[in-house]
Amino acid sequence: MANSLDNFVNQVRENRIWRSIFRSGSGDSNLRRALFVQQNVFLHLFSIKARKRVLEFSATWYLGALTFGTFLILVITGILLMLYYHPSVPQAYADMKDLQYVVSSGVFLRNLHRWSAHAMVFLVFAHMFKVFYRGAYRTPREFNWIIGVVLLLVTLLLSYTGYLLPWDQLAYWAVTVGSNIASAVPLVGAKMRFLMLGGTAVNANALLRFYVLHCVILPVIAVIFIAVHFWRIRKDGGIYPGESASEVTSK
Amino acid sequence: MAEDPKRAPAPDSPEEMSRRKFFVKVGVGSAAVAALGTAAFAYQYLSPNVLYEPSPIVDAGKPDRYPPDSVTMDPQTAIYVVRTGEGFFALSAICTHLGCLTAYKPDLGIIACPCHGSKFNKDGVKIEGPAPRPLPWLRMWLSDDGNLLVDRSNAIAIKQLVRV
Repeated sequence: MANSLDNFVNQVRENRIWRSIFRSGSGDSNLRRALFVQQNVFLHLFSIKARKRVLEFSATWYLGALTFGTFLILVITGILLMLYYHPSVPQAYADMKDLQYVVSSGVFLRNLHRWSAHAMVFLVFAHMFKVFYRGAYRTPREFNWIIGVVLLLVTLLLSYTGYLLPWDQLAYWAVTVGSNIASAVPLVGAKMRFLMLGGTAVNANALLRFYVLHCVILPVIAVIFIAVHFWRIRKDGGIYPGESASEVTSK
Repeated sequence: MAEDPKRAPAPDSPEEMSRRKFFVKVGVGSAAVAALGTAAFAYQYLSPNVLYEPSPIVDAGKPDRYPPDSVTMDPQTAIYVVRTGEGFFALSAICTHLGCLTAYKPDLGIIACPCHGSKFNKDGVKIEGPAPRPLPWLRMWLSDDGNLLVDRSNAIAIKQLVRV
């Protein structure tokens, strides 16, 4: 049984169509596995080899991977929510209520989006604490820490812009308060608030601007920085193996 | 032009600019000008020229709507119309801290903000809380047909009552 399955897998791997996609072949030897990762447009961001130690749960608690997982959930559920949501006043509130009570599985997708958003903010902080307390931000990984800080800011801005979209009382006053905090910036504060809201008060323009930021501009920035973040892990010598492991290798 | 020493440097002098350097400078300079233009263009595009927002001038109705010694709030326009024994004045209902809508508490005779706990008296003077400034008095006047009008965009420094 196991043999026939192996044979079948091998047949597929040597198949002409398979080999046209994966030129170097896949599986069965370390060279082929390495080439498979190296020649794949998505996987080439990652290291072709990793120490066993860094794949253990205790090394990272998988917090970065979990953060990326919540991001993927948010992208998928977010695109689905966009199919029923109009960023206009007062339709936005009604669409949000429709998603909760009228659309099939709407309440599930909306809640999944909401809880994943909360989880992502929590996981980003947890990931940063883990990296900080392990000392994984130190040379040669200091630039990747900076990219991580940018990703923290993008995450918080995504969270903030998404908060306005239900157009309920909580959203309205949270963004009123938040935009007034922004206007406390010296000299340019009031102008910044005007550009952010597209007006002098939280209104239809502000809803539309936050919608475009939330659904297009910030996710694109996030994807670009996530790609660089992952690629830098490989370029900086893989996931930080920890103090003891690096001592062992240096001896 | 020939007598200008800067225009005609001696060949091979250190100040002489090579053709390559000249074109690099022209190229970088034009890219900088284009970047400035793009920034100005983006700034102007992002600033709306026409706002479809409610008018700052509010018609508060006939003065006799308001009982003597009363504070009446209109949540839609975010103003208080205060009637004292001597006359009327209008107070902004927007907290000077972070822009929340305040509320009048008739049992305590104060104006309180639900967001961060600022408190004001009926004249808008701050009693406590994080608010940095008192609630502004807004310009109020009587229209020709006897209605109270309030200009929300016009805070008045000198407190004046409208006497009817």
